[in-house]
Amino acid sequence: MQTIDLADSTLRALNKTLYAQSETTNQTQWEILNPKGAHAIACGLDAPIEVTVRGSTGYYCAGMNQKATVNITGSAGPGVAENMMSGKVVIDGDASQYAGATGHGGLLVIKGNASSRCGISMKGIDIVVHGNIGHMSAFMAQSGNLVVCGDAGDALGDSCYEARLFVRGKVKSLGTDCEQKEMRPEHIAILTELLAEAGSDARPEEFTRYGSARTLYNFDVDNAGAY
Amino acid sequence: MNRQTPKGIPHTTPRQSATFTQDVNSDIRRAAATGIYDIRGGGAKRKLPSFDDLLFMGASISRYPLEGYREKCETSVTIGARHAEKPIELDIPITIAGMSFGALSGPAKEALGRGASAAGTSTTTGDGGMTPEERGHSSKLVYQYLPSRYGMNPNDLRKADAIEIVVGQGAKPGGGGMLLGQKISDRVAEMRNLPKGIDQRSACRHPDWTGPDDLEIKILELREITGWKVPIYVKVAGARPYYDVTLAIKAGADAIVLDGMQGGTAATQDVFIEHVGQPTLAIIRPAVQALQDLGMHRKVQLILSGGIRSGADVAKAMALGADAVAIGTAALIALGDNDPKWEAEYNALGTTAGAYDDWHEGLDPAGITTQDPDLMARFDPIEGGRRLRNYLKVMTLEAQTIARACGKNHLHNLEPEDLVALTMEAAAMARVPLAGTDWYPGKPGTTY
Ligand SMILES: Cc1cc2nc3c(=O)[nH]c(=O)nc-3n(C[C@H](O)[C@H](O)[C@H](O)COP(=O)(O)O)c2cc1C
Repeated sequence: MQTIDLADSTLRALNKTLYAQSETTNQTQWEILNPKGAHAIACGLDAPIEVTVRGSTGYYCAGMNQKATVNITGSAGPGVAENMMSGKVVIDGDASQYAGATGHGGLLVIKGNASSRCGISMKGIDIVVHGNIGHMSAFMAQSGNLVVCGDAGDALGDSCYEARLFVRGKVKSLGTDCEQKEMRPEHIAILTELLAEAGSDARPEEFTRYGSARTLYNFDVDNAGAY
Repeated sequence: MNRQTPKGIPHTTPRQSATFTQDVNSDIRRAAATGIYDIRGGGAKRKLPSFDDLLFMGASISRYPLEGYREKCETSVTIGARHAEKPIELDIPITIAGMSFGALSGPAKEALGRGASAAGTSTTTGDGGMTPEERGHSSKLVYQYLPSRYGMNPNDLRKADAIEIVVGQGAKPGGGGMLLGQKISDRVAEMRNLPKGIDQRSACRHPDWTGPDDLEIKILELREITGWKVPIYVKVAGARPYYDVTLAIKAGADAIVLDGMQGGTAATQDVFIEHVGQPTLAIIRPAVQALQDLGMHRKVQLILSGGIRSGADVAKAMALGADAVAIGTAALIALGDNDPKWEAEYNALGTTAGAYDDWHEGLDPAGITTQDPDLMARFDPIEGGRRLRNYLKVMTLEAQTIARACGKNHLHNLEPEDLVALTMEAAAMARVPLAGTDWYPGKPGTTY
């Protein structure tokens, strides 16, 4: 285990060291101490390493992650794992706004709650939230899966495209053009796999699926009131 | 009325309304028939105060000129040395503005890269991501970071020579992008991760930051991901230039791209293009003022765009304090857009060469703003690149001609004192004297 203490290392030195790890490095385990809410910790990683941040992070921790696993033992600030391409990010605490925004791939696990706009414009990422999520989550979500074991706030899935939204608890309200969908066996299969990977013991059958009603895909004057 | 004028009573000429013009009436009829606002490409078509309302005075007894073709007039510019390890070094201060793949065809993007590289300048991606054609043929490529984040990924980010965070565009300050179903080919759909054939509306706000304090952190993240190597530009529409430029500098931008309302777009509501934003001429001085007030003029570069057409426009923009300019529409025209040789086809589309602006429909006879394979095949990227290079060279020569006449050995040495204005409006906006006077409206120390 390699340890970098942000109390006596700069953010630049930390990220440079992590980014320098090659595909085949044998230094696969890293630990970051004293993050103290610093921004952009462990962003832009591009190797199959595992980084554990002991504490809470500021904005954009693990942003644009590829291949790496990033664990945050505290809570994460806005935009955690934004635009993630692959790999895995696990937050023990809560996540602030825009968790997993525009993510293209990989898995984001939030063991606590996620704030508003979780999964905004997601483009293929899988997100599993053990707790609740805030309003406007999955706004303009394009693809991927958002799994919420608790409740969802207002306007879930507003103007979403082909992303699949699974909620176990209550949904305060659905956004424009988002509707409840049928749960088919393939959805149970996706959920089974994601819940297992995210370490949740929720049962797939307890979830309801939501997605795009596709009425806004091409302009129709009779829908103008929805805009 | 069919009634004949009775004998002996003079006939009055039918009078068109200045309010309900034929244009206006056709807009009303179109709206009534379709139920949707008019969407089009291009920039504001209305007449606006512009660089045409400014003149250079040239040399005289009190200023002496440089010898054309003999005494050097430099044109190079360095962009982004504020924080970046590798600033952008350009031979000429005319860059190619961001235009999306999707709006433009792959070969058109390639031609922009070829032409810009041959002329020693940069080109810019757009909404929809970076294409290999463009990266491959652009010696310096600026990668746009847009609200939609279509195609955004760290590998392309690290291939870029600079990053441009797009906050706004002059044609639509406060508006998002639009790409209608007709142009969503398989390739475009895949790059944007969306279903084929749907109307795409890109967001107008970034998904993971709001306001200048967040922007500062976003810039930090992008710098960390790219190792502090490349410059980060911030592009803003000409809305509130003094404040926008101030905040962008505070957030850490290395360069500011400022786009006036004549600036082109691939597809936006006509009402937005014509009624929101400020003319390019009006936004330069407040932006330069902001840079000067923060001691950042010439340290954070100002790249101006919106209706730049000629070396005279370049020289005027630079005299007012810009470090460089960007061109969109003019570059497309150089490639062959709106060429009268396609007149019969423009007529078939209900328009005429020069007025064709339905770029969003994907039927461009010149094969530039389309994803249709047959139309695209009409456009030769090598020939297009050559034409663009020629045009960029001519603009540069023109700007040098003017600068030498003003006695300047670098385009950057042009200054407001070299200019006069032809109209009161232009004098007020450019803060240069009305021709024949030593006065402009708002001049400090003037009493009314
Ligand atoms: C076809 C086309 C596509 C454009 N696409 C983008 C884009 O994706 N992102 C962007 O920031 N600006 C875009 N613009 C605006 C240009 O970057 C630039 O601001 C504008 O064209 C400058 O004004 P000009 O056309 O008068 O030179 C586009 C413009 C055109 C004409």
